[in-house]
Amino acid sequence: MDKYLIVIACGVVTGFLARWIMLRSDYRHYPTYPHGQLIHLALGFIAASLGAVAVPAIMKPDYTAVTFLVLAAQQFRDVRNMERENLTKLEETKLIRRGNDYIEGIARVFEARNYLVIFTAFITSLAVHWWGWPYAFAVGPICIFLSIKMMSGNQLGDIVEVVPAKVHFEGSLLMVEDVVIMNVGLPETRERILQEGMGVLIKPKNDDARLTLHAPGQRQAIIHDVVSILGSKVDTAEPDLMPLARKQVDQGYLGLFIVANEPDMEYLMKIIKKVPVLESTRGTTLESFYGRKAAD
Amino acid sequence: MDAGLKEVILAIITWNPDKVKGGGCPVFYAQDQKEMEKTALLLARILGGMVHDLENDVYIIVKH
Repeated sequence: MDKYLIVIACGVVTGFLARWIMLRSDYRHYPTYPHGQLIHLALGFIAASLGAVAVPAIMKPDYTAVTFLVLAAQQFRDVRNMERENLTKLEETKLIRRGNDYIEGIARVFEARNYLVIFTAFITSLAVHWWGWPYAFAVGPICIFLSIKMMSGNQLGDIVEVVPAKVHFEGSLLMVEDVVIMNVGLPETRERILQEGMGVLIKPKNDDARLTLHAPGQRQAIIHDVVSILGSKVDTAEPDLMPLARKQVDQGYLGLFIVANEPDMEYLMKIIKKVPVLESTRGTTLESFYGRKAAD
Repeated sequence: MDAGLKEVILAIITWNPDKVKGGGCPVFYAQDQKEMEKTALLLARILGGMVHDLENDVYIIVKH
Protein backbone atom coordinates (compact mmCIF):
# COMPACT_ATOMS: atom_id res chain seq x y z
CA MET A 1 0.00 0.00 0.00
CA ASP A 2 2.80 2.38 0.94
CA LYS A 3 4.45 1.72 -2.37
CA TYR A 4 1.31 2.77 -4.24
CA LEU A 5 0.98 5.82 -2.04
CA ILE A 6 4.35 7.13 -3.17
CA VAL A 7 3.56 6.26 -6.80
CA ILE A 8 0.34 8.25 -6.63
CA ALA A 9 1.90 11.12 -4.70
CA CYS A 10 4.71 11.54 -7.23
CA GLY A 11 2.25 11.53 -10.12
CA VAL A 12 -0.09 14.01 -8.51
CA VAL A 13 2.66 16.42 -7.56
CA THR A 14 4.26 16.36 -11.02
CA GLY A 15 0.91 16.74 -12.78
CA PHE A 16 -0.11 19.60 -10.52
CA LEU A 17 3.23 21.31 -11.09
CA ALA A 18 2.78 20.91 -14.82
CA ARG A 19 -0.60 22.61 -14.66
CA TRP A 20 0.79 25.37 -12.52
CA ILE A 21 3.64 26.07 -14.87
CA MET A 22 1.36 26.02 -17.90
CA LEU A 23 -1.05 28.44 -16.25
CA ARG A 24 -0.17 31.90 -17.37
CA SER A 25 -1.84 35.16 -16.64
CA ASP A 26 -0.51 37.82 -18.88
CA TYR A 27 -1.66 40.60 -21.16
CA ARG A 28 -4.51 38.43 -22.42
CA HIS A 29 -6.21 38.96 -19.06
CA TYR A 30 -7.10 35.35 -18.92
CA PRO A 31 -7.45 33.35 -16.72
CA THR A 32 -8.02 36.02 -14.14
CA TYR A 33 -6.40 36.09 -10.74
CA PRO A 34 -7.29 34.69 -8.23
CA HIS A 35 -10.53 32.80 -8.87
CA GLY A 36 -10.03 31.93 -12.50
CA GLN A 37 -6.64 30.52 -11.65
CA LEU A 38 -7.95 28.59 -8.69
CA ILE A 39 -10.53 26.89 -10.88
CA HIS A 40 -7.86 25.72 -13.25
CA LEU A 41 -5.47 24.64 -10.53
CA ALA A 42 -8.24 22.61 -8.93
CA LEU A 43 -9.10 21.01 -12.25
CA GLY A 44 -5.41 20.38 -12.81
CA PHE A 45 -5.20 18.65 -9.45
CA ILE A 46 -8.11 16.39 -10.35
CA ALA A 47 -6.54 15.63 -13.71
CA ALA A 48 -3.21 14.84 -12.05
CA SER A 49 -4.93 12.52 -9.59
CA LEU A 50 -6.64 10.71 -12.44
CA GLY A 51 -3.39 10.15 -14.26
CA ALA A 52 -1.55 9.07 -11.13
CA VAL A 53 -4.21 6.68 -9.88
CA ALA A 54 -4.35 4.93 -13.24
CA VAL A 55 -1.03 3.17 -12.67
CA PRO A 56 -1.92 1.32 -9.43
CA ALA A 57 -5.33 0.55 -10.92
CA ILE A 58 -3.75 -1.17 -13.91
CA MET A 59 -1.06 -2.90 -11.86
CA LYS A 60 -3.46 -4.22 -9.27
CA PRO A 61 -5.14 -5.19 -11.73
CA ASP A 62 -8.49 -3.53 -11.20
CA TYR A 63 -10.00 -2.95 -14.61
CA THR A 64 -13.28 -1.62 -13.21
CA ALA A 65 -11.31 1.22 -11.69
CA VAL A 66 -9.58 1.85 -15.01
CA THR A 67 -12.93 2.06 -16.77
CA PHE A 68 -14.13 4.58 -14.23
CA LEU A 69 -10.99 6.63 -14.73
CA VAL A 70 -11.67 6.79 -18.45
CA LEU A 71 -15.20 7.96 -17.69
CA ALA A 72 -13.86 10.61 -15.37
CA ALA A 73 -11.46 11.84 -18.02
CA GLN A 74 -14.47 12.59 -20.22
CA GLN A 75 -15.38 15.37 -17.83
CA PHE A 76 -12.52 17.44 -19.13
CA ARG A 77 -14.30 17.86 -22.42
CA ASP A 78 -16.56 20.25 -20.57
CA VAL A 79 -13.62 22.49 -19.80
CA ARG A 80 -13.62 23.67 -23.37
CA ASN A 81 -17.33 24.47 -23.29
CA MET A 82 -16.93 26.27 -20.01
CA GLU A 83 -14.14 28.46 -21.34
CA ARG A 84 -15.90 29.16 -24.59
CA GLU A 85 -19.13 30.20 -22.90
CA ASN A 86 -17.28 32.30 -20.40
CA LEU A 87 -15.25 34.20 -22.96
CA THR A 88 -18.15 34.62 -25.37
CA LYS A 89 -20.23 36.21 -22.61
CA LEU A 90 -17.43 38.58 -21.69
CA GLU A 91 -16.99 39.46 -25.33
CA GLU A 92 -20.28 41.36 -25.40
CA THR A 93 -18.95 44.13 -23.22
CA LYS A 94 -15.56 44.45 -24.86
CA LEU A 95 -14.70 47.45 -27.01
CA ILE A 96 -12.10 45.53 -28.95
CA ARG A 97 -13.16 41.94 -29.30
CA ARG A 98 -11.10 38.82 -29.30
CA GLY A 99 -13.15 37.24 -32.04
CA ASN A 100 -14.58 33.75 -32.10
CA ASP A 101 -11.48 32.16 -33.58
CA TYR A 102 -9.29 33.38 -30.76
CA ILE A 103 -11.81 32.25 -28.14
CA GLU A 104 -12.02 28.82 -29.73
CA GLY A 105 -8.24 28.62 -29.70
CA ILE A 106 -8.01 29.57 -26.03
CA ALA A 107 -10.76 27.11 -25.04
CA ARG A 108 -9.03 24.32 -26.90
CA VAL A 109 -5.74 25.05 -25.21
CA PHE A 110 -7.37 24.81 -21.80
CA GLU A 111 -8.83 21.42 -22.59
CA ALA A 112 -5.60 20.13 -24.08
CA ARG A 113 -3.58 21.23 -21.07
CA ASN A 114 -5.64 19.05 -18.76
CA TYR A 115 -4.92 16.03 -20.95
CA LEU A 116 -1.24 16.91 -20.84
CA VAL A 117 -1.46 16.96 -17.08
CA ILE A 118 -3.04 13.49 -17.11
CA PHE A 119 -0.24 12.17 -19.33
CA THR A 120 2.46 13.79 -17.24
CA ALA A 121 1.04 12.34 -14.02
CA PHE A 122 0.55 8.92 -15.61
CA ILE A 123 4.05 8.64 -17.03
CA THR A 124 5.68 9.88 -13.84
CA SER A 125 3.73 7.38 -11.73
CA LEU A 126 4.67 4.64 -14.15
CA ALA A 127 8.35 5.53 -13.88
CA VAL A 128 8.14 5.59 -10.09
CA HIS A 129 6.36 2.26 -10.07
CA TRP A 130 9.01 0.60 -12.23
CA TRP A 131 12.23 2.19 -11.09
CA GLY A 132 11.57 3.82 -7.71
CA TRP A 133 10.74 7.31 -6.55
CA PRO A 134 14.04 9.08 -7.33
CA TYR A 135 13.21 8.72 -11.00
CA ALA A 136 10.27 11.09 -10.52
CA PHE A 137 12.81 13.91 -10.44
CA ALA A 138 14.11 12.92 -13.86
CA VAL A 139 10.93 11.87 -15.66
CA GLY A 140 8.71 14.62 -14.21
CA PRO A 141 10.68 17.61 -15.49
CA ILE A 142 11.16 15.94 -18.88
CA CYS A 143 7.41 15.42 -19.20
CA ILE A 144 6.67 19.00 -18.16
CA PHE A 145 9.28 20.31 -20.57
CA LEU A 146 7.85 18.25 -23.42
CA SER A 147 4.31 19.39 -22.64
CA ILE A 148 5.30 23.02 -22.83
CA LYS A 149 7.46 22.52 -25.89
CA MET A 150 4.94 20.55 -27.90
CA MET A 151 2.03 22.77 -27.08
CA SER A 152 3.60 26.09 -27.96
CA GLY A 153 2.21 26.91 -31.39
CA ASN A 154 3.58 29.19 -34.06
CA GLN A 155 3.82 32.90 -33.65
CA LEU A 156 3.01 35.36 -36.34
CA GLY A 157 6.65 36.44 -36.47
CA ASP A 158 7.52 33.01 -37.91
CA ILE A 159 5.38 33.49 -40.99
CA VAL A 160 5.19 37.22 -41.69
CA GLU A 161 7.34 40.32 -41.93
CA VAL A 162 6.18 43.47 -40.19
CA VAL A 163 7.30 46.81 -41.59
CA PRO A 164 6.43 50.37 -40.54
CA ALA A 165 4.16 52.16 -43.00
CA LYS A 166 2.95 55.66 -43.65
CA VAL A 167 -0.55 56.67 -42.61
CA HIS A 168 -2.03 59.17 -45.05
CA PHE A 169 -5.29 60.28 -46.66
CA GLU A 170 -6.54 60.13 -50.20
CA GLY A 171 -9.50 62.48 -50.08
CA SER A 172 -11.50 61.12 -47.18
CA LEU A 173 -10.03 57.63 -47.38
CA LEU A 174 -7.57 56.65 -44.71
CA MET A 175 -4.70 54.66 -46.19
CA VAL A 176 -1.77 52.72 -44.79
CA GLU A 177 0.63 52.87 -47.75
CA ASP A 178 -1.61 51.49 -50.51
CA VAL A 179 -4.15 49.69 -48.30
CA VAL A 180 -7.53 51.40 -47.89
CA ILE A 181 -8.57 51.30 -44.24
CA MET A 182 -11.74 53.38 -43.93
CA ASN A 183 -13.55 56.58 -44.76
CA VAL A 184 -13.05 59.34 -42.21
CA GLY A 185 -15.37 62.31 -42.45
CA LEU A 186 -14.38 64.97 -39.97
CA PRO A 187 -11.32 67.11 -40.66
CA GLU A 188 -10.37 67.20 -36.97
CA THR A 189 -10.39 63.44 -36.78
CA ARG A 190 -8.21 63.26 -39.88
CA GLU A 191 -5.71 65.62 -38.40
CA ARG A 192 -5.62 63.65 -35.21
CA ILE A 193 -5.08 60.43 -37.10
CA LEU A 194 -2.22 61.97 -39.07
CA GLN A 195 -0.58 63.11 -35.85
CA GLU A 196 -1.10 60.12 -33.59
CA GLY A 197 -1.96 57.19 -35.83
CA MET A 198 0.46 54.37 -36.46
CA GLY A 199 0.45 52.07 -39.43
CA VAL A 200 2.27 48.88 -40.28
CA LEU A 201 2.23 46.48 -43.15
CA ILE A 202 2.10 42.79 -42.32
CA LYS A 203 3.59 40.92 -45.23
CA PRO A 204 3.18 37.14 -45.50
CA LYS A 205 6.33 35.16 -46.28
CA ASN A 206 4.54 32.46 -48.28
CA ASP A 207 1.13 31.28 -49.48
CA ASP A 208 0.27 29.59 -46.19
CA ALA A 209 0.88 32.83 -44.35
CA ARG A 210 -1.17 34.74 -46.90
CA LEU A 211 -4.16 32.50 -46.21
CA THR A 212 -3.66 32.86 -42.48
CA LEU A 213 -3.80 36.64 -42.76
CA HIS A 214 -6.80 36.32 -45.04
CA ALA A 215 -8.89 35.09 -42.09
CA PRO A 216 -10.70 37.91 -40.29
CA GLY A 217 -10.39 35.93 -37.04
CA GLN A 218 -6.61 36.12 -37.20
CA ARG A 219 -6.72 39.86 -37.88
CA GLN A 220 -9.02 40.38 -34.93
CA ALA A 221 -6.59 38.44 -32.74
CA ILE A 222 -3.74 40.72 -33.87
CA ILE A 223 -5.77 43.83 -33.08
CA HIS A 224 -6.87 42.48 -29.73
CA ASP A 225 -3.34 41.66 -28.65
CA VAL A 226 -1.98 45.00 -29.79
CA VAL A 227 -4.73 46.95 -28.06
CA SER A 228 -4.48 44.96 -24.84
CA ILE A 229 -0.84 46.02 -24.55
CA LEU A 230 -0.60 49.44 -26.17
CA GLY A 231 -4.15 50.62 -25.47
CA SER A 232 -6.40 52.45 -27.91
CA LYS A 233 -8.28 55.73 -28.01
CA VAL A 234 -11.67 54.21 -28.68
CA ASP A 235 -14.62 54.70 -26.42
CA THR A 236 -18.18 53.38 -26.40
CA ALA A 237 -19.66 56.30 -28.31
CA GLU A 238 -16.51 57.29 -30.19
CA PRO A 239 -15.59 54.66 -32.74
CA ASP A 240 -13.65 57.08 -34.97
CA LEU A 241 -10.23 55.86 -33.97
CA MET A 242 -11.05 52.16 -34.13
CA PRO A 243 -7.98 50.07 -34.90
CA LEU A 244 -8.46 48.13 -38.12
CA ALA A 245 -6.58 45.64 -40.26
CA ARG A 246 -7.44 45.50 -43.94
CA LYS A 247 -6.09 43.41 -46.77
CA GLN A 248 -4.42 44.64 -49.90
CA VAL A 249 -6.47 42.42 -52.15
CA ASP A 250 -3.97 42.17 -54.99
CA GLN A 251 -0.91 41.29 -52.97
CA GLY A 252 -2.49 39.72 -49.90
CA TYR A 253 -0.66 41.69 -47.25
CA LEU A 254 -2.36 43.52 -44.42
CA GLY A 255 -2.36 47.14 -43.49
CA LEU A 256 -2.90 47.71 -39.80
CA PHE A 257 -3.95 51.03 -38.40
CA ILE A 258 -4.12 51.99 -34.74
CA VAL A 259 -4.22 55.09 -32.57
CA ALA A 260 -2.62 53.81 -29.40
CA ASN A 261 -2.21 55.29 -25.94
CA GLU A 262 1.43 54.25 -26.13
CA PRO A 263 2.50 55.16 -29.63
CA ASP A 264 5.66 53.10 -29.77
CA MET A 265 6.32 51.74 -33.24
CA GLU A 266 9.13 49.40 -32.24
CA TYR A 267 7.03 47.55 -29.70
CA LEU A 268 3.97 47.57 -31.93
CA MET A 269 5.97 45.52 -34.42
CA LYS A 270 7.29 43.22 -31.71
CA ILE A 271 3.82 42.61 -30.31
CA ILE A 272 2.44 41.73 -33.73
CA LYS A 273 5.24 39.21 -34.20
CA LYS A 274 4.31 37.58 -30.89
CA VAL A 275 0.63 37.09 -31.75
CA PRO A 276 -0.20 33.38 -31.85
CA VAL A 277 -1.14 31.86 -35.19
CA LEU A 278 -4.63 30.57 -34.49
CA GLU A 279 -5.20 26.91 -35.20
CA SER A 280 -8.56 27.51 -36.83
CA THR A 281 -7.25 30.10 -39.27
CA ARG A 282 -3.86 28.65 -40.12
CA GLY A 283 -3.41 28.38 -43.87
CA THR A 284 -2.16 25.03 -45.13
CA THR A 285 -2.41 25.36 -48.88
CA LEU A 286 1.25 24.42 -49.39
CA GLU A 287 0.53 21.01 -47.89
CA SER A 288 -1.72 20.16 -50.80
CA PHE A 289 -0.41 19.17 -54.21
CA TYR A 290 -2.43 21.79 -56.11
CA GLY A 291 -1.55 24.44 -53.58
CA ARG A 292 2.16 23.89 -54.18
CA LYS A 293 1.69 23.82 -57.95
CA ALA A 294 -0.38 27.00 -57.95
CA ALA A 295 2.12 28.78 -55.74
CA ASP A 296 4.93 28.89 -58.28
CA MET B 1 -26.35 45.33 -24.88
CA ASP B 2 -26.00 44.75 -28.58
CA ALA B 3 -29.48 45.75 -29.65
CA GLY B 4 -29.68 48.59 -32.11
CA LEU B 5 -29.24 49.52 -35.72
CA LYS B 6 -25.94 48.64 -37.31
CA GLU B 7 -24.46 49.27 -40.71
CA VAL B 8 -27.23 51.71 -41.58
CA ILE B 9 -27.16 55.43 -42.24
CA LEU B 10 -28.42 57.11 -39.08
CA ALA B 11 -28.32 60.68 -40.33
CA ILE B 12 -27.34 62.74 -43.35
CA ILE B 13 -25.80 66.18 -42.97
CA THR B 14 -25.32 68.51 -45.90
CA TRP B 15 -25.16 72.17 -46.77
CA ASN B 16 -26.09 71.57 -50.37
CA PRO B 17 -29.84 70.82 -50.48
CA ASP B 18 -29.63 69.67 -54.10
CA LYS B 19 -27.58 66.65 -53.18
CA VAL B 20 -30.03 64.95 -50.85
CA LYS B 21 -33.66 64.18 -51.49
CA GLY B 22 -35.97 62.60 -48.91
CA GLY B 23 -35.80 58.97 -47.97
CA GLY B 24 -35.96 56.98 -44.80
CA CYS B 25 -33.29 58.91 -43.00
CA PRO B 26 -33.20 62.22 -41.13
CA VAL B 27 -31.48 64.93 -43.14
CA PHE B 28 -29.88 67.92 -41.42
CA TYR B 29 -29.24 71.02 -43.52
CA ALA B 30 -26.42 73.26 -42.45
CA GLN B 31 -25.60 76.83 -43.47
CA ASP B 32 -22.04 76.17 -44.49
CA GLN B 33 -19.18 73.70 -44.32
CA LYS B 34 -18.29 74.71 -40.78
CA GLU B 35 -21.75 74.18 -39.37
CA MET B 36 -21.96 70.89 -41.22
CA GLU B 37 -18.81 69.64 -39.51
CA LYS B 38 -20.01 70.77 -36.13
CA THR B 39 -23.44 69.15 -36.56
CA ALA B 40 -21.84 65.96 -37.81
CA LEU B 41 -19.51 65.81 -34.83
CA LEU B 42 -22.34 66.33 -32.36
CA LEU B 43 -24.62 63.82 -34.02
CA ALA B 44 -21.85 61.25 -34.18
CA ARG B 45 -21.21 61.62 -30.46
CA ILE B 46 -24.89 61.41 -29.63
CA LEU B 47 -25.61 58.45 -31.85
CA GLY B 48 -22.35 56.64 -31.18
CA GLY B 49 -21.73 56.44 -34.89
CA MET B 50 -18.97 57.42 -37.23
CA VAL B 51 -18.86 60.34 -39.64
CA HIS B 52 -18.17 59.47 -43.26
CA ASP B 53 -17.47 61.95 -45.99
CA LEU B 54 -19.03 61.34 -49.39
CA GLU B 55 -16.78 64.07 -50.80
CA ASN B 56 -19.70 65.93 -52.35
CA ASP B 57 -20.62 68.21 -49.43
CA VAL B 58 -22.54 65.36 -47.82
CA TYR B 59 -21.65 63.70 -44.54
CA ILE B 60 -23.36 60.55 -43.35
CA ILE B 61 -23.34 59.00 -39.91
CA VAL B 62 -23.10 55.25 -39.79
CA LYS B 63 -23.04 52.94 -36.83
CA HIS B 64 -20.68 50.01 -37.31
